[in-house]
Amino acid sequence: MSTATLHEPHVHVDATGAKIAMWLFLFTELLLFGGLFLAYAVFRTYYPADFHYATTTLSVSIGALNTALLLTSSLTMVLSVAALERLNRRLSVILLGVTALLGILFLVNKYFEWSAKFHHGLYPGSQDLALHPDGEKVFYGLYFTMTGLHGVHVLVGVGVLVVILAMIARRPRRTVSVPIAAPTALALQGDGGPLWNQAADVQLDAVDVTLVYRENQAVAHRQLIKLENAGLYWHLVDVIWIFLFPLLYLIS
Amino acid sequence: MSHSNADAGARPSYLEVSGRRTGILGWILSTDHKRIGILYMSLILGFFLVALCIGLLMRLELLLPGPTIVQPNTYNALFTLHGVIMIFLFIVPGIPAMFGNFFLPIQIGAKDVSFPRLNLASWWLYAIGAVMALLSLFTGGGVPDTGWTFYVPFSLRTGTNVPLAVLAVFVMGFSSILTGLNFITTIHRLRAPGMSWFRMPLFVWSLYATAWIQILATPILGITVLLVFLERLFGIGLFDPAKGGDPLLYQHLFWIYSHPAVYIMILPAMGVISEIFPTFAKQKIFGYKAIAFSSLAIAFVGYLVWGHHMFTSGISDTSRWIFSLLTFIVAVPSGIKVFNWVATLYKGAIEVPPPMLFALSFIFLFSIGGLTGFVVGALATDIHIHDTYFVVAHFHYVMFGGVGIAIFAALLYWFPKMFGRMFRYRPFFISWVFIFVGFNTLYFPMFIMGWLGMPRRYYDYMPEFQIWHQISTVGSWLLATGVFIFFIYFVKSLRAPRGAPDNPWGGTTLEWRVPSPPPAENFIEIPTVTAGPYDHHGEGDV
Repeated sequence: MSTATLHEPHVHVDATGAKIAMWLFLFTELLLFGGLFLAYAVFRTYYPADFHYATTTLSVSIGALNTALLLTSSLTMVLSVAALERLNRRLSVILLGVTALLGILFLVNKYFEWSAKFHHGLYPGSQDLALHPDGEKVFYGLYFTMTGLHGVHVLVGVGVLVVILAMIARRPRRTVSVPIAAPTALALQGDGGPLWNQAADVQLDAVDVTLVYRENQAVAHRQLIKLENAGLYWHLVDVIWIFLFPLLYLIS
Repeated sequence: MSHSNADAGARPSYLEVSGRRTGILGWILSTDHKRIGILYMSLILGFFLVALCIGLLMRLELLLPGPTIVQPNTYNALFTLHGVIMIFLFIVPGIPAMFGNFFLPIQIGAKDVSFPRLNLASWWLYAIGAVMALLSLFTGGGVPDTGWTFYVPFSLRTGTNVPLAVLAVFVMGFSSILTGLNFITTIHRLRAPGMSWFRMPLFVWSLYATAWIQILATPILGITVLLVFLERLFGIGLFDPAKGGDPLLYQHLFWIYSHPAVYIMILPAMGVISEIFPTFAKQKIFGYKAIAFSSLAIAFVGYLVWGHHMFTSGISDTSRWIFSLLTFIVAVPSGIKVFNWVATLYKGAIEVPPPMLFALSFIFLFSIGGLTGFVVGALATDIHIHDTYFVVAHFHYVMFGGVGIAIFAALLYWFPKMFGRMFRYRPFFISWVFIFVGFNTLYFPMFIMGWLGMPRRYYDYMPEFQIWHQISTVGSWLLATGVFIFFIYFVKSLRAPRGAPDNPWGGTTLEWRVPSPPPAENFIEIPTVTAGPYDHHGEGDV
């Protein structure tokens, strides 16, 4: 084994590991919002009448439109993953673009919704709201915190989607050669992706083996892991909205 | 087990292999788990010494009643700083960040953690959070004076720089979450062939349980401090009684994290002790599975006891006795561990070099801390001693007497492996005498004055408490002397000649089968594991 190989940082491609980590991260996100859902439950019990009234001041139609936008974006997200699985990069990129666009539309809607509330003086700390009963103050506090934190997540999600879109859109070279000095250089132990399994079929005691594989496929496999994880995050953002919408707009 | 790793001394160690960059950049941009462990160590131990000095100042102020060296507001700032630094910058990241990073991959036979770059990002988040915490001292309204708990409504009203401090806590919480996520994935995915779950060293088990708490509890702290931040910025009113909010909700949310956080601190310390005892007793650990499962049990039940911090806050009687009962239940797995450690010594060929001496005193001090936990966990007695020095003594016995001492033990136990050098025993025996005597002189009088009614966090006190305060302050000098001796000789030992053997203590876990210090990527050949972790006499599986 050449020393140059030894000093390279350890690279480990583990699709299952990446998935596990993503799911764990989603747990933490759920718990982050969980604190707010808990606060909502507590205050709804304290102030049922005020919450009932305050709910009616929110626009169900804008909320419903936003729900439709996000649900559709989740559909285009899974279709984009399915497209990349079939190595259809072009379609995958287009669908990913549509997903990001729907996310941006959601935020635009949210912007108008928030502006209207500000226009009516219904925001935490305003002089108008100070005249309202306590339950309504808390409701708007919750409304802005919950939709605000969710909005930040949509924004981050759109950012992630755009980065991955740019990554997939880059055209890879057709083939690539990997000279293998000694078999251990590729860390053949343990489970790798289909790529490494392929390498394991190579004569292990050969000193000068050059492995040629279709990079297109290998790269797509690695990108797919990232795309799927981004998709999981996007669905989480969607799922949280599915709970926010009825809690804030519908129950009254 | 493969033996080809031990005689690989010709390979450069992680201390020499800096990756693509050299010098300081080769450290702060390194994705090597061992280098990241050392990075954490330098910051964490630095902050520990800073907070220790703040503690010394507090004790000096309490030497005499009335103003002694600082004004009341400064005193409030001092105990807040002491708490915030000790909790969020020292003891929560503590063992997992320093020793978990360094030894988790080696102990399971892996080349690194699952996500080395994420690991480096965690360190950077920790460092950024630390810088934010430091900035909060000199900007805005000055040093926060709320105590480390940031209780509302005071934290909403005080003019001091609470917003930046809570944001710092949020960022450091993120760092903690990412470390936990990395460790869980690593333990699930990167165990060497043959390293089944019940062949994992108990330190790894304790890190696994800790990582789950980090993942499941820290986000609650995140949203709680975020809400305090938003409250300060926009006045959203969720915690502000003047706007219909509920301060008690804050306490619930805060302790839903901060009680499990106690187990984030103590579980890895218990893991360290579970490593040191079998090595120096030359015995297989007694009750391997019981210790492993008790870690998980502590992690699980530890979630459900947060209400015992709120016994006097006006929560309902039903919830109080349920929380009290659960508090008693969570002591059971801790007791299991203590009995198993002691049983491990039975008929062992016990050696007591400095790391073992610290580990043995862990048992003594932690047991005092744990047993007084029953006194504060029982409803009737808690009413009497709530918010008194009794509580201060209790948690210092658990946190410092437990986790702090375990960190000293771990620093010495793994010193030869981490730095490839040996240390002289004598200075550390001397430091141990000062630490052990000083510790008990400092904190035991607090049990007594707490029982007599001395409230915690007070700047001034009645004359009848003076004698106890003075004994305690003298203890603080002894303790600090011991700690400084420890670290002076720790640093001196870093310049000792290289040449520590691969396995100076006769340890049986995988880190003792690689060279000291370990080479980059740890193993030439991933070992195949054929026996349990504490197999001193070739008896096979546990």
